Amino acid sequence: MVDPHLLFEQLFNGVQYGILLFLLAAGLTLVFGIMDMMNLAHGSLYMLGAYIAATVALATDSFLLGIAVALPATLIVGIFLEVVILRKLYDRGHLDQVLATFGMILFFNELVRLIWGPAGIEVPLPSILNQSVTLFSIPLPLYRILVIGVGLAVAGFLYILVVKTKIGMLIRAGASNREMVGALGIDIKKIFTLVFGLGAALAALAGAMAGPIFAATIGMGENILIQVLVVIVIGGIGSIRGAFVGALLIGVIEIMGRSFLDDLFKLFLPVNAAETAAPAAASMLIYILMALVLFFRPQGLFPARSG
Amino acid sequence: MLRRRETLVLIVTFALLAIVPYIASITEVPFYLDLGRRMMILAIGALSLNLIMGYGGMISFGHAVFVGIGAYVIGICAEHELVTGFIQWPLALLACAVFAFIFGAISLRTRGVYFIMITLALAQMMYFLGVSLDRYGGDDGLPLAEPSDFSGLIDLGDKNSLYYLIFVLLLLCLWICKRLVNSRFGMVIQGARSNETRMQAIGFPVFRYQLTAFVIAGVMAGLAGILLANHTDFVNPDMMHWTRSGDLIIMVLLGGMGSLAGPIVGALVFILLEEALSGVTEYWQLIFGPFLILVVLFARGGLLGFLEKRGSSEEDDG
Repeated sequence: MVDPHLLFEQLFNGVQYGILLFLLAAGLTLVFGIMDMMNLAHGSLYMLGAYIAATVALATDSFLLGIAVALPATLIVGIFLEVVILRKLYDRGHLDQVLATFGMILFFNELVRLIWGPAGIEVPLPSILNQSVTLFSIPLPLYRILVIGVGLAVAGFLYILVVKTKIGMLIRAGASNREMVGALGIDIKKIFTLVFGLGAALAALAGAMAGPIFAATIGMGENILIQVLVVIVIGGIGSIRGAFVGALLIGVIEIMGRSFLDDLFKLFLPVNAAETAAPAAASMLIYILMALVLFFRPQGLFPARSG
Repeated sequence: MLRRRETLVLIVTFALLAIVPYIASITEVPFYLDLGRRMMILAIGALSLNLIMGYGGMISFGHAVFVGIGAYVIGICAEHELVTGFIQWPLALLACAVFAFIFGAISLRTRGVYFIMITLALAQMMYFLGVSLDRYGGDDGLPLAEPSDFSGLIDLGDKNSLYYLIFVLLLLCLWICKRLVNSRFGMVIQGARSNETRMQAIGFPVFRYQLTAFVIAGVMAGLAGILLANHTDFVNPDMMHWTRSGDLIIMVLLGGMGSLAGPIVGALVFILLEEALSGVTEYWQLIFGPFLILVVLFARGGLLGFLEKRGSSEEDDG
């Protein structure tokens, strides 16, 4: 039967992956929610963050410096995109937004290929982070624990920002009725830019932290973006809380499904059939979950807006 | 209704497509034939997407999945030595209808951004299913042992016959689209695009109409998939990848959404641009990406919209 140690370890990996998803989903769900904007290029910012962090880390031998450079650099790119292109698209239909941000993806993927070449970059961990910590007599990599810690800190920060501060109040107000916020004399454009920049920085943070785990590769943004979209749909558009719960759920299901679904299938299927069906089913699991959520709660688990 | 300029564009386009095999044979560049077939197959795909997206306002970001399903049924049949097209083709179209019905029933419960994301995610799900189907080639795909066999009626192994078959089927799809759009059914779909609540209030079961349109579009895309499998002699998961769905959207918008000639012209221009740009530089998407953004920002209505501008009032987009 399933080894409980392995089970715990994979649960841990699932939570860690979920945290990465959350960092991406948090920014994107606000963009969707407040601006009613379909942004596919969020994954490109994640990729950009990963590449910049990796390059700086390799050049200076300092992983932290890599993150410290990647965040503001990606933030600037994000704000540039918002001010120059995306701002003109808020009043347009979703289709225009899809097409323009799809164009951005093509551009950024090709740009990265031009600058860094087609092969990915492996990011080495500093030795101080490259050790494991024993928890319940199971050794867990310290780095992944740190990723979880950073993610939880960001979640806490976002919670305070959105629930306790004036800016957060405006963000929430913008999510439920942006015309009204504008009519009350608030410069909603500034809020948009701020939210988009915040999302870009969080995407870069996720990318920079993902570097040592998955390596920085072209197309890394799109693969994770689709899962992030699933997270957002499940959690409810515009809801940080939904993004957090959804991200952990998807992270755990995705990782656990890949590890244990064949064992589960073997309980009631012949071994051969189980081994063929399990990988296929594992890769479909989160989409099936999404379809179910949509069927029973089309607005997601934690809908942010009432209308 | 077909407008005059649009009819003219269609006549010119089909006249050009009709002489491609002749040009290919006198210039002795068989590649033109290949290019022409690819254009027409994608034109069928784009036409089908335009049916739901342009006329119905349903922005599906997973339409290529039906192209993939159609192609995969052909590939899987051939793998099991079932090569007769009389069984393969109906089977493929039926599979597309069933999947389109299920996917449509799920995604049409949602609107707006949600609809885009659901169609995208469902298509990605099928993509990953294709990747994990080791029995049928998995990631690497499945070479088609034999093209569909129509027992002497037409030989799809002959590249010229295949070309003209695709040509005729494209014309057929165009005719079907024209009939549909101008029918009562088409009017309801278009009415629901501009105001769904109103259509419901009048008493139309909008969901059923939209689902039917979704299934028709899925089957038509499946036909493109069947042809694509026979054209490339190969089936792989990449046909269902979400960027392929993105390509279809680009074709529709490039040509002009909500017109009959638009998707066909868009598919042609898209393939030509791809060929031309990738001839200029290996990093052609560096140019193509910003080009798309510029099209969105400044050229609303696509090429057809540009041609029609003087003629009649502009289309509203959904």
